[in-house]
Amino acid sequence: MATASIEIKVTPALAAEHGLSAEEYARIRKILGRDPNFTELGIFSVMWSEHCSYKSSKVHLRRLPTRAPQVLQGPGENAGVVDIGDGLAAAFKMESHNHPSYVEPFQGAATGVGGILRDIFTMGARPIAVLDSLRFGPITSGADSETIARNRRILDGVVRGIAFYGNCFGVPTVGGEVGFEPGYSANPLVNVLALGIAKKEDLFFARARGTGNPVIYAGAKTGRDGIHGASLLASAEFSEESQQKRPNVQVGDPFMEKLLLEACLEAMQTGAIVAIQDMGAAGLTSSSCEMASRGGTGIEIELARVPQRETSMTPYEMMLSESQERMLLVAERGREKQVFQVFAKWGLDAVEIGRVTADGFLRVLHDGRVAAEIPAHALAEEGPVYRRPLNAPVASRSERLVEFSAPGADLTENFRRVLAAPAIASKRWIWQQYDHMVRTNTIEFPGASDAAVVRIKGTRRALALSSDGNGRWCRLDPFTGAQLAVAEAARNVACAGAKPWAATNCLNFGNPEKPEVMWQFSRAVDGIAAACTTLEIPITGGNVSFYNETLGRSIDPTPVLGVLGMIEDASRVLGIAFRSAGDAIVLLDGREAAGVSRENAAREFSSSEYARTICGIEAGAPPAADLAAEKRLIELLVALAGEGALRSAHDVSDGGLAVTLGECCFAANELSARVALEGADPGEFVLFGERGARAVVSVAPEAFARVLAVATECGVAARRIGEVTRGGFRIEYNGHVVVNAGVSSLASIWAEAFESSLGGK
Amino acid sequence: MKFGVVVFPGSNCDHDAYYALGSVLHQPVEFIWHQSENVAGFDALILPGGFAFGDYLRTGAIARFSPVMRAVGRFARAGGPVLGICNGFQILCEAGLLPGALIRNAGLRFVCKHVNIRVETTATPFTAEAERGQVLRIPIAHADGNYFCDDATLAELEANDQIVFRYTTPDGREEAAANPNGSLRNIAGVCNRERNVAGLMPHPERAVEAALGSEDGLVIFRSLVKSLARSAPAVEARERVVVSA
Repeated sequence: MATASIEIKVTPALAAEHGLSAEEYARIRKILGRDPNFTELGIFSVMWSEHCSYKSSKVHLRRLPTRAPQVLQGPGENAGVVDIGDGLAAAFKMESHNHPSYVEPFQGAATGVGGILRDIFTMGARPIAVLDSLRFGPITSGADSETIARNRRILDGVVRGIAFYGNCFGVPTVGGEVGFEPGYSANPLVNVLALGIAKKEDLFFARARGTGNPVIYAGAKTGRDGIHGASLLASAEFSEESQQKRPNVQVGDPFMEKLLLEACLEAMQTGAIVAIQDMGAAGLTSSSCEMASRGGTGIEIELARVPQRETSMTPYEMMLSESQERMLLVAERGREKQVFQVFAKWGLDAVEIGRVTADGFLRVLHDGRVAAEIPAHALAEEGPVYRRPLNAPVASRSERLVEFSAPGADLTENFRRVLAAPAIASKRWIWQQYDHMVRTNTIEFPGASDAAVVRIKGTRRALALSSDGNGRWCRLDPFTGAQLAVAEAARNVACAGAKPWAATNCLNFGNPEKPEVMWQFSRAVDGIAAACTTLEIPITGGNVSFYNETLGRSIDPTPVLGVLGMIEDASRVLGIAFRSAGDAIVLLDGREAAGVSRENAAREFSSSEYARTICGIEAGAPPAADLAAEKRLIELLVALAGEGALRSAHDVSDGGLAVTLGECCFAANELSARVALEGADPGEFVLFGERGARAVVSVAPEAFARVLAVATECGVAARRIGEVTRGGFRIEYNGHVVVNAGVSSLASIWAEAFESSLGGK
Repeated sequence: MKFGVVVFPGSNCDHDAYYALGSVLHQPVEFIWHQSENVAGFDALILPGGFAFGDYLRTGAIARFSPVMRAVGRFARAGGPVLGICNGFQILCEAGLLPGALIRNAGLRFVCKHVNIRVETTATPFTAEAERGQVLRIPIAHADGNYFCDDATLAELEANDQIVFRYTTPDGREEAAANPNGSLRNIAGVCNRERNVAGLMPHPERAVEAALGSEDGLVIFRSLVKSLARSAPAVEARERVVVSA
């Protein structure tokens, strides 16, 4: 296919090979009023791929709340944009690069970072932070040794790839999260969230306007890499031959991207640029037709003028290439020289390859001959939209649930094992490979706060970011699991002291042509919509990644939510670390006091990290989401942080209350906790249960009364459960000591487990 | 008094050095594009961190050929203070303005974290305000920070008091465990024989405000500011030399 020339005869069979259905092919013929030629077929196939057209997800995504006063740009542009005060705007978005990262972990992850960074600076915003949500197969146990070894190699390659790209580009990788489940063994997830800021008046949009204006190609030369990345890699399942798709993976050059960033931002300052869009998925094709479509214009380009790094490239190859680090710009006619000068300063190619037209066509010329001629709007916006069948999966038969220990059992050893679990243990090994400080805005380092926090120089403000998702919970119940993902990300930014401001998402699912997968997707979207509506967090964009299947096995449905939070006063940011011996440890609980039956406790506990690590059970159902409770808790946390009433805050999530308390100690210098709990629930459920709407805060003794008063006002229960000490780590439950150990021994288990499980590197 | 921050294609700590000097220390500071061959009017030059020319081929290997490096060389030979941070240190070594080389970290991975470095000499314009033996907590962020030189050079460095910083424990002990990258004799920074050119792998510009986790980098910039203030007449004389060179 790669060497095909323009004369290849297009048949329905060839269209099918391009992933186009018979109906889609008929639709193309109707739009064109004739058969497409080979180049046009290629162009339609990438633009109408699932990856680019959202044809299976569109009807569902419309249910997400996208409006709020702070939203300057919702879904539909390169990134969402929100107002963050002081005349500034934040552009942010999350994207996946899952399949490429399996085929070639290093380059797949590296170009995943590169792609989302371009989406941000295309808007005129300088990237100031990156987060990564990663999922891999098991790296310690739970699979055969060959699979474990391969999973480790993928993990290592992905981490190196992210480091390679982000470190060189000069954007701090400030946070993220990592999970491990067998379902990701042959389909890891690499979701990258990038955040940038710009002055509001300096924002740019991808709308080609002004008939006759020059269309300028800038950046790296076009090669044969990444052809059909969007269609064959991102929009199809994997089989055993997937390794042969390695040529479909792009190759990243972060230095080139850094030059492109500086040149684009400088060129934008000249005032000569009308519109700009990066060449990401579907490269020259998507950037040209989408800019024309959004601007209500047409674009004509001459491929012979496109800078090329290989010879004899066909129009098909050039239009479908996904070579990285390229931009398409529309400049004001007569001022293009100013643009060229800036790119020349940075040593980059910038060439006029065409012009904006009034006829609404994407017209591609090759040496003067028409190679493709397609109505731009129809190509970009009138692709197929499917309301695919939904079908709930058959509920699993009687499943084994956790059996709780007798009251008073010593849980110290189990606590140690939970602390050492890859999902819980410190990810220092990962984030120390990322430059998380460059640009000197990072005021909470990875792991130091529940959210990554970057200040905004020249203002008093800071932004907090958290990305979260739980595939296990979404497999058991996608509606609840998705709600909990939103709630956790929002709770995390609130624990840092930030008001949740807006959200982006990355929805990773299996094959949408399977009704069970589509049902999962639909339920997850409903869950996100419900949570974002209640918590009043608008969704400003995101990405859908379908076909995450290998050999017919789908991943756990994994919606990942990235929530951006606003901190009015950067000096009030909260970390998780306990600060001072003698401070009160207070458990905040947004839920209205309600007991749980032993049976329900066992059911929800069976989906916890403890159940998996200690009992080898992944069953039951996620804890119920109580969004009203989450909202009360978030409001309380933001209020208390704003008035400086708290010393630290850390939400209760993976691993439950015991792990939360442990992490508050491990992040501190030689401080520990002595806690006494009471209740009617089983001890394991109290210590390791993962119900939401809860956070552990530490409070100076004299401030406790104030915290209690504000909590009461907000309808949140605030219980003093213990004290920060310099002694051992000790938890009592109903008078029995259930966890008792030296804090430094626990800290070293937690700190070193991840690293040593990878071979002690 | 004016500071210049040299910008190579791929420099990415240029803004941070500029911010530290301009907004934290309130000193006049300007960027100098790598194509510039003239550094007249500047009293001290900073070569910032980053990945000049992508660090392709070898760190600093391409940047040393940038036109600005001829001017930096003249400025240094005329006695002007030049500080290379991280990638800037690598470039100064490649340019022959500092002895030794920075090779791949012993762990073969990029490392970003706070480390402790001990001030080994106060006889430089960059450490004059510090105490000998003072331990500074400053971050590193590099994949190629493993300082290396041959035995003869090492002996010379030690004999001439040219080792400016060493990686140590927080209480100042020179131990293998405190060495983050395998550097020879825990060396984190060196200066030239004339003592006006220095380089270090840690990033003092990332440790200039409590909000960033440490203010220990301030002493390096303050030393430079004070030494420039002391030597203001000498600077004017040097400028004439540079301009006429």
